Amino acid sequence: MRIAIVDESAGRAAVIEEGLRDAGLSDVTIFVERRGIAARLEALSPDVVLINLANPHRDELEELFALSRAMARPVAMFVDQSDTAGIEAAVDAGVSAYVVDGLKKERIRPILELAIRRFRAYSRLRTELDEARSALAERKAIDQAKALLMRKRGIDEPAAYAALRKAAMDSGRRIGDVADAIVTADRLMGDL
Amino acid sequence: MTRTPFRIGFLPLVDAALPILARELGFAEDEGIDLSLVRDLSWATVNDRLLYGHSDAAHLLAPLAIATTLGLGRPATPLSVPFVLGLNGNAITLRPDLAAQVTRVGAPGDVTAIGARLAAVARAGGRRLRFGVVHRYSSHNYMLRYWLIGCGIDPDRDVEIVTVAPPFAADALAAGEIDGICVGEPWNSVAVDRGVGVIAAVTSQIWLRGVEKVLAMRTARMEEDPDLTHRLLRALYRAGVAFVDRARREEIAAILARPDYLDGSATLIGHAISDRIVFARGAEPVDVPDFMFQHREAANFPWVSQAAWLYAQMRVAGHARADADDYLTAQRVFRPDVYRAALRPLGVPLPGASSKLEGGIVDALGVGTTQGRLILGADRFFDARSFDPAALDEYLAETPVP
Repeated sequence: MRIAIVDESAGRAAVIEEGLRDAGLSDVTIFVERRGIAARLEALSPDVVLINLANPHRDELEELFALSRAMARPVAMFVDQSDTAGIEAAVDAGVSAYVVDGLKKERIRPILELAIRRFRAYSRLRTELDEARSALAERKAIDQAKALLMRKRGIDEPAAYAALRKAAMDSGRRIGDVADAIVTADRLMGDL
Repeated sequence: MTRTPFRIGFLPLVDAALPILARELGFAEDEGIDLSLVRDLSWATVNDRLLYGHSDAAHLLAPLAIATTLGLGRPATPLSVPFVLGLNGNAITLRPDLAAQVTRVGAPGDVTAIGARLAAVARAGGRRLRFGVVHRYSSHNYMLRYWLIGCGIDPDRDVEIVTVAPPFAADALAAGEIDGICVGEPWNSVAVDRGVGVIAAVTSQIWLRGVEKVLAMRTARMEEDPDLTHRLLRALYRAGVAFVDRARREEIAAILARPDYLDGSATLIGHAISDRIVFARGAEPVDVPDFMFQHREAANFPWVSQAAWLYAQMRVAGHARADADDYLTAQRVFRPDVYRAALRPLGVPLPGASSKLEGGIVDALGVGTTQGRLILGADRFFDARSFDPAALDEYLAETPVP
């Protein structure tokens, strides 16, 4: 089974490839760069093309699949309408696939299910990473705001933190947002 | 009042304006709709989201709505078009050195003469010219093919036509991957602005008042809540009224240019919506009064004859089968009955007929209405042919074979 993964995210493509290899599928090629992709895909002639749903080049690839004489023509996975739940799970996870016509459903299904699991795992990972990053940014803003208050009002750190917390409670905002506002205001106002 | 959530998928193009404005100018809210917009970069994604319930409606290529209903390239899913989002608004942009051989650079020209010179270049025996269109089932593809055939160029043998997504049009021209492209705004203007393309023709020169993007819904979704569909159409209609208000142009260009919408230059977008086109870098903008229609002359009315014309072109291109049932199915995608039912309470002009002789209006013409007065402007094809939906076979028989 020859599989192509087309994805602008090299990280996500690697995560999927790893999953496929763990499942014993080793004939996997990743396409991240758009340039020359049509010719390279034609030369590879894959049985299954996994592609992220929102890939900006899907219209070009669908045209290639419709016209290519050199490769067996992959058709949208959605051609098998009997599997509505599977299709919806794929669309929800952000996966799209093109499969060479005639390939048995039983052989495709585990690949697609694996791709869906890996797509979901990847977006969970991204969300966690984003949350970690924003927590880090918030921590930094609070530290900066505390330093500003200590310097400009001549108070110590616990007092600066208490002032931040009170301002947040009084205005019904998060302490990170108040800190961010103070740092931004200071940048705008300078030493005024 | 709780507002009904409703999602519309779109591609970053100027003719996605009406759904965007229906949200941003409060018309959807006035109708009790909590409208949100889902941006994508390929029509395949917009279509998937529509078919599998990520969106309730989509800004879609008119022929793609027909192809999806007919099951071309994927299983058939019935779609309906109760409202047209725009007529024309596309252009054909060529590599600057190719443009210099076929047109007066920087100004609009006679598309028949430009086509004849292009035919000479195509037959000169050099490398085969390659044109980009935004999708296999796009008005861009069919209008380009119609023009090429009318100029004696075989779109399948004399040149090559490939698919390029709109946001990559300028890059593909710059990289020499294509010699020309038929694409919507602002992407022609982006190529002109970068100096990698020259506009040779606008599509209103090929088929004046030709149907372009539509509002497409799954037929089942549209019919399960007719009241919601009607409210949405009224919000879109009011967005059209705002779109043509000269006093609001700057505001509208600024909204469309936002990062969550077209993410582009408000200046270039402003040119398109005021029908002022810069044909080549450094040239003065030219007034092209009929560049795009988003509202006037009942531009949003889904004429069944326009769906029929598109099916005819799909037949010419070999995309659709010769099948009387398919022809009927294609025509039924356009739903003037829903348009009329939705807009009747607004007291706006409603055409009495659902079909017309396309290309049959030479001078502005008053037409029969069920309410209001309506004058339709010329709808000519560049080759002066006309299309009678009741005589498809005769039309196809008369279509020249290059």
